[in-house]
Amino acid sequence: MSTPSSESSATSVQAPETGTARVKRGMAEQLKGGVIMDVVTPEQAKIAEDAGAVAVMALERVPADIRQDGGVARMSDPDMIEGIIEAVSIPVMAKSRIGHFVEAQILQALGVDYIDESEVLTPADEVNHSDKFGFTTPFVCGATNLGEALRRIAEGAAMIRSKGEAGTGNIVEAVRHMRQIKGEIGKLRALDSHELYAAAKELRAPYELVKEVAALGKLPVVLFSAGGVATPADAALMRQLGAEGVFVGSGIFKSGDPAKRAAAIVKATTFFDDPKIIADASRGLGEAMVGINCDTLPEGERYASRGW
Amino acid sequence: MSTPTVGVLALQGDVREHFAALDAAGAEARAVRRPEELAAVDGLIIPGGESTTISKLAIAFGLMEPLRERVRAGMPAYGSCAGMIMLADKILDPRSGQETVGGIDMIVRRNAFGRQNESFEAPLAVTGVEGGPVEGVFIRAPWVESTGARVETLAVYDGHPVAVRQDGLLSTSFHPELTGDHRVHALFVEMVRSALG
Repeated sequence: MSTPSSESSATSVQAPETGTARVKRGMAEQLKGGVIMDVVTPEQAKIAEDAGAVAVMALERVPADIRQDGGVARMSDPDMIEGIIEAVSIPVMAKSRIGHFVEAQILQALGVDYIDESEVLTPADEVNHSDKFGFTTPFVCGATNLGEALRRIAEGAAMIRSKGEAGTGNIVEAVRHMRQIKGEIGKLRALDSHELYAAAKELRAPYELVKEVAALGKLPVVLFSAGGVATPADAALMRQLGAEGVFVGSGIFKSGDPAKRAAAIVKATTFFDDPKIIADASRGLGEAMVGINCDTLPEGERYASRGW
Repeated sequence: MSTPTVGVLALQGDVREHFAALDAAGAEARAVRRPEELAAVDGLIIPGGESTTISKLAIAFGLMEPLRERVRAGMPAYGSCAGMIMLADKILDPRSGQETVGGIDMIVRRNAFGRQNESFEAPLAVTGVEGGPVEGVFIRAPWVESTGARVETLAVYDGHPVAVRQDGLLSTSFHPELTGDHRVHALFVEMVRSALG
């Protein structure tokens, strides 16, 4: 295993360790304060990179189109993912179906930087999520509440995003899920050590993780927001509610001027607490995506209820 | 011992981790997103993050020139990972429109150690950091391709410089802020103190 090294001890090489929790979670720490954008072509990926995206999510159809087209939504074509990896220097993420660990194995083999085990695709397993510890590539998973987030972390997720309702252009569900997660963390903070055991049972989450969250006052991994961000103000709202960054799916490339809107959302995510800058970023962006009212969505078309 | 005020460029990246490390190393940390905030600090850390994003935001919000001016005027600065790229005079393969603050006479290669699957940890001896090797956490990390005569190489991994110093400017390919070991930050805070005289 030893590599030839030069004379000084400062230049000796020890076997590097890949896929550690610190490297996986640490990767997400580098994305903080940033915007991760859904893209379906190398051209869109370049527009996203030029606009200041910290990463892109490579997929065949944005959630709004998945909604419209119906049918089974699966992992994207490897050629299409590789084309996007070739096109940009920023990290590339891609989605596997919930519980479809072979899609995840393929994504790892393709060299994607993060795997999103996503409710936007049609679940492959209605009982089990993938065992994410078995992968070198880190995973991000969606959650609607704290218990769900901690179950995903217990399975090895290195990053969490609140689910929201993807492909609607409606921020209401993202707000609900972020408030839920932050609110439940706040409640844990107030409990004494005796009460944490019952809290873990109630949350259906491992006690050790519940204890860690109570001590930290935050998740042990990075928390982003997803599902419904369409405007700079939406992004800033989610940041003010406690998201450490945002995913934007259909909101950019389903709008009138994607390049301009993408750059504006990036600015509003960094200066989320400066209304004057958000106001300037919000000017002259053209048409936003039309959007869907979530309360008119039939139960079977709600992605957030996929996964548990 | 004085408590210098050290800014962390807070446009994007692992800002919070650098705050915690600076606090432990005896400095007062301040977020820097605006020129007037930059003017109020004794030294600056450029965090890990996405170097293209940080560069574009620095340009869009009028920070790039003030950053260059302060670095030219001798303000100590430390960059980890993306921060190393920002402090390099030259990037081997920049994206369109990607600029750096510069200051260290070196050429860096972005993502030189590979994609996320190749991200790794390894112990690393760093000149000027006493008490044994630091835990090197390399995440899609750059390396230093070549350096000018005034640049001192502090650590090497697999034949490539991964920590360098030129006068008051320090940079590492790896992320000491993710480890809970604050010795690299202590070294930088000491550099800020000596610049204050």
